[in-house]
Amino acid sequence: MHPIRRKRLTIVLFLLAGIAVAVGLTTYALRQNINLFYDPSQIAAGEAPLDVRIRAGGMVEEGSVLRDPESLKVEFKVTDFNASVLVEYTGILPDLFAEGQGVVAMGRMADNGRFVADQVLAKHDENYMPPEVAEALERASAAKLKAGDSSSADTAY
Amino acid sequence: MYPELGQFALILALLLAVLLSVVPLAGSVTGRDNLQAFARPLSAGLFVFVAIAFAILTYAFLIDDFSVAYVANNSNSMLPWYYKFSAVWGGHEGSLLLWILMLAGWTLAVAVFSRRLPSVMIAQVLAVMGMITVGFLLFTILTSNPFDRMLPNVPADGNDLNPLLQDFGLIVHPPMLYMGYVGFSVAFAFAIAALINGKLDAAWARWSRPWTTVAWAFLSLGIALGSWWAYYELGWGGWWFWDPVENASLLPWLSGTALMHSLAVTEKRGVFKSWTVLLAIVTFSLSLLGTFLVRSGVLTSVHAFASDPERGTFLLALLAITIVSSLMLYAVRAPVVHVRSRYGSMSREIFLLLNNVLLVAATLLVLIGTLYPLVLDYLDMGRLSIGEPFFNLTFSPLAVATGLLMGAGVFSRWKKTDGGWLGRKLLWPLAVSLLVTTVLMVVYGGFKPWAFMGCFAAVWVSVATLWDLWDKSASRKGRLYGLKRQSRSYYGMVLGHLGMAITMAGATVVSNYGIERDVRMSPGDTAMVGDYQVEFIEIGDRQGRNFSAQYGTFVVSMDGDAVSILHPEKRQYLVQRSVMTEAGIDAGLFRDVFVAVGERISDDAWAIRLQYKPLVRWLWLGSIFMAAGGFLAIADRRYRVRDKATEKRAATTPEPRGDAAEALS
Repeated sequence: MHPIRRKRLTIVLFLLAGIAVAVGLTTYALRQNINLFYDPSQIAAGEAPLDVRIRAGGMVEEGSVLRDPESLKVEFKVTDFNASVLVEYTGILPDLFAEGQGVVAMGRMADNGRFVADQVLAKHDENYMPPEVAEALERASAAKLKAGDSSSADTAY
Repeated sequence: MYPELGQFALILALLLAVLLSVVPLAGSVTGRDNLQAFARPLSAGLFVFVAIAFAILTYAFLIDDFSVAYVANNSNSMLPWYYKFSAVWGGHEGSLLLWILMLAGWTLAVAVFSRRLPSVMIAQVLAVMGMITVGFLLFTILTSNPFDRMLPNVPADGNDLNPLLQDFGLIVHPPMLYMGYVGFSVAFAFAIAALINGKLDAAWARWSRPWTTVAWAFLSLGIALGSWWAYYELGWGGWWFWDPVENASLLPWLSGTALMHSLAVTEKRGVFKSWTVLLAIVTFSLSLLGTFLVRSGVLTSVHAFASDPERGTFLLALLAITIVSSLMLYAVRAPVVHVRSRYGSMSREIFLLLNNVLLVAATLLVLIGTLYPLVLDYLDMGRLSIGEPFFNLTFSPLAVATGLLMGAGVFSRWKKTDGGWLGRKLLWPLAVSLLVTTVLMVVYGGFKPWAFMGCFAAVWVSVATLWDLWDKSASRKGRLYGLKRQSRSYYGMVLGHLGMAITMAGATVVSNYGIERDVRMSPGDTAMVGDYQVEFIEIGDRQGRNFSAQYGTFVVSMDGDAVSILHPEKRQYLVQRSVMTEAGIDAGLFRDVFVAVGERISDDAWAIRLQYKPLVRWLWLGSIFMAAGGFLAIADRRYRVRDKATEKRAATTPEPRGDAAEALS
C-alpha cells in the first residue's frame, strides 16, 4: 500500500477504535446507571421495580416527618396529592428540605412498599421546583379531574 | 437617565460589531487594504462601548439603584460592596454582559498583539470575532437587557443576591471560566479565517497556538475554582458531581486540551491540519453549547437563572448557525489542505494522535451522558438521570490510559522513535513508579485496584516528565546550564503535565481513601474521623451583616494534641429567608478535616457531617500548575522576538534537543 494511504488508514482505524471503545463503555455503563423517575401514584400502583435504583419525588407531606431521636434515621411521606409513599433515609437532609416542599429522592423500593433513599435532593432556592415533581403533580391533579373529583384538585397548588 | 446610556452604549457596540464583521471581510475579499485597516480601530471601539455598558451596570449596583430591574433582582442595600460588585454577574443578564465584555476584550487583544500577522489574516480573524459579538449583543439587547427599568414603582430595596453566590468563589469563578470559554473563540476565528483563505500552514498553527493555550489555562483555573467553591460552599465536601452544568465546562476543556496538542503537531510537523481545524470548530461550539445549556433554562441548577423559552430558542439558533456554517465551510474547504510530511508508526505524532483519540472519546462520553437525558425528555420518552456511577465508570479508564500514554509520549521523538530504545528508556521510570505507588498504597492503608491504577498513572507521569527533564538538561557545561538552556515552552509542558499528575493523584486518593461520617452529636460528644478526634464544644448564635447564624465550635485533635478549632455555621439569610451551611475546614497540603452542621435533631443534638479528605487540595493545586504551565509556554521567546540571532541558530542547528519536546507544551 502507498505509505500515505497506509498512514491515513492507521489514523482512521485509531479513530474508529477510539469511538468504538467510547460507545462500548457508554452503552455498558448506561445500561447499569440510568435512573428512571417514578411519582407516588406510579409507585402506589406497583409500577416501580423492586431493588433497582430509581428516583422518586413529590411534595413532602405536612406533618409526616418523623425523626428517630437516637440516630440520624428519618422517615417522611412524599405525595402528589393522589397517593403517597413512605421514604426512609439515614443521614443529613439538605438545607432546603422542609414539609410542604418539593423533593427528589434516589434509592430503591423495599419489599414492604417503603422507599429506602440513599440520597435526598431539595430545591436550590425558593422558586425552584424539580421539574419531575411539577410534572408529577400536574399528572396527579389531571387524573383526579378526570375522575370527577375536581373539588380537591385545587389543593395541589 | 444613566442606565439608558448603558443600553445606548450596547446598541452602538452592536453597530460597530456589525461593521467589524462586514467591512474588513469585504476588504479581504476585494483585496482593498484601506477596508482591511478598519478592523483594528473597530475592535477597539467595540471594546470601549461594551466596557462603558459594563461600567454603568457596575455603577448601578454600587449605588443601589433599584430602579434597574436587574439590580433590584440581584442585589440589596445590606450587601457588602464586594458582593454588590460580583452581583453584576450574579444573574442571567449581567453574566451575559460579562461574556460579551470578555469577547470584546479578546477581540481587542487579538487586534493589539498580532502586529506581525498579514493584514488579510487579521482582517478576517477580527471579522469572525465581530460576527460572534453581533450574535451575543443581539441576544442581550433583544431578550436579556440588563438595563430594563422598574419605573415608576421603584422597589424600596433589592431582592438580594442568592446567598449561595455570596462568596469569594463567585467573585472569581465566572470571570475565569468565561475567559476560557470565550477565549476559544480566537482559535475558532483563526480556523475560520484559515479555511476562507485555504492557507492551513504551520504559520497559522503558530499564531493560534498561544491564544488557545491562554484560553485553556483560564478555563482550567475557572473549572478548578468552581470545584473548590462547590467543595466548601455547596457540596457538603463533594468536589465534582458530574452535574450537567459542570460537564458543560468540562467539554470545551477536554476538546481544548486535544486542540492544544494537535496544534503542536500542526505547527511542528505540518500534519493533522484538517483535524486541528475541526477541533478548533468543535471546541468553540462546545463552549457555545455550554453557554446554551447553562443559560437557556434547559437545566435547572444554581447556574440556570431564568427559564425563558425565547432565550433558549435564540441561543439554540445562534449555536446552530455557528456550527452549521462553520462545518459547511469546513466541508467545502478542508480537502484543499494537503499533507506533505511523513512520520513513522512509532513517533511523537502517533503518541499525540492517541492523546487526541482518548480526549475526543472522553469528550463524546461526557457529551452523551449530559445530552442523552435532555434529548429523551425533549422527545417525551421519559425522564431519567445519568448519575455519577456512569461517568466514574467510563471516565476513569480513559483518564488512566491518557496518563500512561503521557508518560511514554514525553520521551518520544518526532518522525520516528525506535521502539526498543523507547522501551529501554521507560524501564527505569516504570520501576520507580511501581515502587512509589506500592509505598503510597501501604501509607494510605490498603490496596484498591482503581486507587492503584490512578496513583500509578499520576506517579508515572511525574517520574517520566522529571526523568526527561533530567535527561535533557545534561550538558558538558554543567546541570544548571543545561536546565537554563531549555525553552520556556518546554518548562510549560513539564508544569502542565505535572499539574495533570497532581490533579489525578488528588482525585484518586480523595475518592478512594476519604472518610465521610454523618453522626448525631450533642455538645460534649466526641467522634472519630480517620485518625482525628472531633469534639463538639458548643453551639451559639452570631449576627452577620445580612444573616443570622448558629455558630458551632469544634476541637479537632490527633493523639491527644489539639490540631485546630473549627467554627462551622448554619446561616439564615434575612432577605431570601434561605438557609446556608458554611463548613468548618482545617485545610492542609496532605489532608483536610471538614466539619459541617446539619439539622437540629432534638433540643441539644445535631446532625454533624465529619470528613477526612486526603490530598483534596491537590485537585486544585494541579490546575494552578497547569495554568502556570500554559502561561509559561506562551511566554516563550519564539512568540515574541524573532530576532536574527534566533533565526540563524534555527538555521544552523538542525534540531536543538529542547526544541523537539517543546511542542508538547
